[in-house]
Amino acid sequence: MTDKVVLKRPAILDNLPFSFCPGCHHSTTHKLIAEVLEELKIENKTIGVVGVGCCAVSYKFFKLDFINAAHGRAMAVATGIKRVQPDKIVFTYQGDGDLAAIGLLETIHTANRGENITVIFINNAIYGMTGGQMAPTTLIGQKTTTTPKGKTASEGDPLRMCELLNTLKAPAYIHRVSLVSPGEIVRAKKVIDTAFRCQIENKGFSFVEVVSNCPTNWKMTPLDSLNYINVEMKKYFPPKKFRSPYNNKGG
Amino acid sequence: MGKLFMKGNEAIAAAAIRAGLRFFAGYPITPSSEILEYLPLHLPDSGGIFIQAASEIEAIHMVYGATAAGARAMTASSSPGMSLKMEGISYLACAQLPCVVVDIMRGGPGLGGIQPAQSDYFQIVKGGGHGDYRLIVLAPSTVQEAADFTFLAFDLADKYRNPVVLLGDGVLGQIMEQVVFPENYKPISVDKSWTLTGAKKDREPNKIVPFTLDAYELERINLSLQAKYHLIKQQEARYEAVGMDMRDEYGPYAPNLVIVAYGVCGRIAKTVIDLARQENIDVKLFRPITLWPFPYKELRSIAEINPTARFLVVEMSAGQMVEDVRLAISNDKRVNFYGRMGGIVPTPEEILEEIKKLRDGVKYD
Repeated sequence: MTDKVVLKRPAILDNLPFSFCPGCHHSTTHKLIAEVLEELKIENKTIGVVGVGCCAVSYKFFKLDFINAAHGRAMAVATGIKRVQPDKIVFTYQGDGDLAAIGLLETIHTANRGENITVIFINNAIYGMTGGQMAPTTLIGQKTTTTPKGKTASEGDPLRMCELLNTLKAPAYIHRVSLVSPGEIVRAKKVIDTAFRCQIENKGFSFVEVVSNCPTNWKMTPLDSLNYINVEMKKYFPPKKFRSPYNNKGG
Repeated sequence: MGKLFMKGNEAIAAAAIRAGLRFFAGYPITPSSEILEYLPLHLPDSGGIFIQAASEIEAIHMVYGATAAGARAMTASSSPGMSLKMEGISYLACAQLPCVVVDIMRGGPGLGGIQPAQSDYFQIVKGGGHGDYRLIVLAPSTVQEAADFTFLAFDLADKYRNPVVLLGDGVLGQIMEQVVFPENYKPISVDKSWTLTGAKKDREPNKIVPFTLDAYELERINLSLQAKYHLIKQQEARYEAVGMDMRDEYGPYAPNLVIVAYGVCGRIAKTVIDLARQENIDVKLFRPITLWPFPYKELRSIAEINPTARFLVVEMSAGQMVEDVRLAISNDKRVNFYGRMGGIVPTPEEILEEIKKLRDGVKYD
């Protein structure tokens, strides 16, 4: 009886082991993106733009053309690339500081112009790479190194980026997902697939917010971090399809 | 095509299009806004992309993306806007990405004023962004030069994979003069295999990454940048010498009073020379055209050939290029400075008064 391969590492994920922390959702998301790009057969014309943060090293893991943008500027960089090479697939991969703090201008205006790019937003309510400071999406009461007694409203309520961008006319696809269970991971992959389809079919700006974890800086085990997402994060960041040019179920 | 009569800013924009500009992103700021405004009218017709960005910062990073994807890309701004762009410029330099940045200087610091100044020499030439990087800096003094140097800027940027700044001021941006564009310009041909075009099966993926967590690797990156800058210093210094013989051997006469000035001050200096001649005062001009690489060698040779020559550096600033002149000449006493600030343009007459003080040995610096 011959073996049948039912699952394997996507070819465009390089052989480099991930440097992300154990249990980090960056690893899962990278895998989903790689699988989607391969299944859509667009890996030969995809260009990635990474922000600054834990995502900054992502360029190493994909066998794709990649560029590192300055902190917050990934969407501006992606706009420059896409406008000059409109037949290529351009996506950004950014964290909550990159996209919702320093990069908020670029985020709003790129979405508002309806630039035909795909944005993958890793929202883990904290700044991971720099050691656990508050993010614009940090929850009220959440302890971080810059909110050691717990974040208060005077530091700002968590920004809900999907809801914010949903007030704009131009964006084509806005969807929030999380990855706390195999079912959610399968759903998230469909959402990422749909987001890239949006771009392939020139439907406009596609945005996927991935509610993620940071076990290291949340000071939790990976399993507890999944629970934290389920119980606390989803209250503020409910996984939801906000808008889509398609009627497909789940995507 | 013949002579056109154009505003400096418009000539730069028109030249850029003829030089193959394919992507422009910018933000309005006096006195450079005409560059921005010319382009949506004319750039799309030649197949280029124009975006008015939401900020100066967004604009420079759009340029970063566009040039990484292989397009001739440009942005234009003025002093406070350049301050905003500095991180982007540092990234462009480290990633070795070609682009042209036009800076039409105005009075500073702060919001400053909208009148012309040259108070950003340090910022642009010595590096307003972080890290050990250099920009090629071209300083036109007429609208014709502004146009010519735009073509040159794109070619130098491509040749060396380096950002190039076209450094003007509010006078240059706003005056209208004759300009002739070249008929048969062809962009320099360079290898573009490093650009982001999607890693097809025929090549390894391209990674444009001005970043590394490995100190040894970062040192290697820096060493290769320094090697490039060394080459540029050897090959690309440009200047104009008025009234001086720049041959290796002794000229027929030796310069005695030399104005050192760039941009609009370089052009006012030519009027000073004419005025001085009417009073039988012999004044020369050394006008750097590349502020980086600065023509140290040539300036030094003038000082050495005539040990009694005295230099008057004229800038619209508190004195910035004067430091490079002192470095070239290595004899402080011979270098003097005259400047105006705040957006005031010095008149030929007031500069001539300073020349007379220099002639009479009155040291006032």
